[in-house]
Amino acid sequence: MTIKEIQEEIVDEFSMFDDWMQRYEYMIELGKSLPLIEEKYKTDDNIIKGCQSKVWVHAELQGDKLVFTADSDAIITKGIIAILIRAFSHQKPQDIIDANVDFIDEIGLKEHLSPTRANGLVSMIKQLKLYAVAYQTQLK
Amino acid sequence: MIETTLDIQTIRKDFPILHRKVNGQPLVYLDNAATSQTPQQVIDVIVDYYQGYNANIHRGVHTLSQEATDAYEAARQKIQTHFNIAKAHEVIFTSGTTDAINLVANGFTSFLKKGDEVLVSAMEHHSNIVPWQMLCERTGATLKVIPMNLNGELIMEEYHKLLSEKTKLVFCNHVSNALGTINPIKEIIDAAHQAGAAVLIDGAQAAPHIKADLQALDVDFYTVSAHKMCGPTGVGILYGKEEWLNKLPPYQGGGEMIAEVTFEKTTYADLPHKFEAGTPNICGGIAFGAALDYMNHIGFDAIAQYENELLQYATEQLLTIDGLKIYGTATNKTSVISFNIKGIHPYDIGTIVDKLGIAVRTGHHCAQPIMDFYKIPGTVRASFSFYNTKEEVDRLVEGVKRAKNMLL
Repeated sequence: MTIKEIQEEIVDEFSMFDDWMQRYEYMIELGKSLPLIEEKYKTDDNIIKGCQSKVWVHAELQGDKLVFTADSDAIITKGIIAILIRAFSHQKPQDIIDANVDFIDEIGLKEHLSPTRANGLVSMIKQLKLYAVAYQTQLK
Repeated sequence: MIETTLDIQTIRKDFPILHRKVNGQPLVYLDNAATSQTPQQVIDVIVDYYQGYNANIHRGVHTLSQEATDAYEAARQKIQTHFNIAKAHEVIFTSGTTDAINLVANGFTSFLKKGDEVLVSAMEHHSNIVPWQMLCERTGATLKVIPMNLNGELIMEEYHKLLSEKTKLVFCNHVSNALGTINPIKEIIDAAHQAGAAVLIDGAQAAPHIKADLQALDVDFYTVSAHKMCGPTGVGILYGKEEWLNKLPPYQGGGEMIAEVTFEKTTYADLPHKFEAGTPNICGGIAFGAALDYMNHIGFDAIAQYENELLQYATEQLLTIDGLKIYGTATNKTSVISFNIKGIHPYDIGTIVDKLGIAVRTGHHCAQPIMDFYKIPGTVRASFSFYNTKEEVDRLVEGVKRAKNMLL
């Protein structure tokens, strides 16, 4: 599936809920399915700055696709990073670089998109894209 | 039942913001230790200033300038009276507590040398650690820490042991922002003076709850921010004893702070203007005075008594939640509760209760050393003011329970 198709799928899933509480509960559920980062990669270097909770992300190339793993000590943050990784993992770096993230707004998490929010969603997106840029250079 | 002589519902009518909704729910504002809300009486003073007599002060001969100067200096006198300060010129207007602390830390650069010691308490806000670290780096003095126990109380025996003829300065907050502990500042000040050291007490968190008598305390410096006590942001004061303020060099150069300027030499203005370079926050200063009037009208004794009742009630109710732990259990504390629930990150609780219209603080509260001491990433902090109600405490407790159910 392309990033856009996965994003549409996520938007569809979230459209089933009518209130914030169900959306948050689902996000927490998604957090539990997050592909967890290996303990050895949980280093300070892999912490995303700008988050009130700790978020670690690791990326590696499998063939020409980039695969992300992550973890967080806060469960809502873990849900947010899980949603992002579901959309971006197992994709080509160039596609990740080109992807937009409007779907975050559509699933009712717009409030998390403000750069001044302490949850660091914007920093997470930036970090995933930075990995894509780095590996894209390597692929060339 | 919470007993109080205050008519809380009438008081709440003074605060327009308390009647708004957040995420579709009536706002429950419990982040008062970060900033307090502003009553209409203070908002009116701000509006009156800009509508009626906005002008630059101290130098204009025209009527508006005179009126603004009179109002600004009247505010200084209100602050003087409120804190029982001997002379009005011992009140220096600053942009807030951080600015006031930096003014003193900067001024002490020329008084310290290698081998001197500066004591700072273990429960300081970053704004009361970093300026002293910078001062020690500049001068070669050593920064030493007064330790605390698990209840969040300073270990006074250790403090007395740390004091020596090398100690030149002691810095401590009157009340801890993260834990609410009221520190025994009279004992701290007296012991420091016996050792020959000067003392700065950061009163930012104490001033909304405790009316400090600065002459009785015999403190050398005391700092306050207006926005913690129903006033506007961006204004506060440094109190300094006259002898210290005369000794300290000016902090910033500019207009207002000079007596005579030639290209060869400048002579500085007298106190307080020596430390008030440039056009100050005139409206803010005047509004600070109005905020003190407002709080004094309600009465600090009644405020302290009611907030203590709220604190006791909230503590009891929160402790009914399984796995909830309160950090900062000093016998003597203000209406601040820092807590965590086992297995849940404070950020998650803060996010869920915000959805329920409840404003609390989460994180390290600019006091990372305290969080390191308890080995936690941060806490959820609910801080209560005299305009909060028992019903709001109930909504907090319900909100935290709901968050716990969702998150565990």
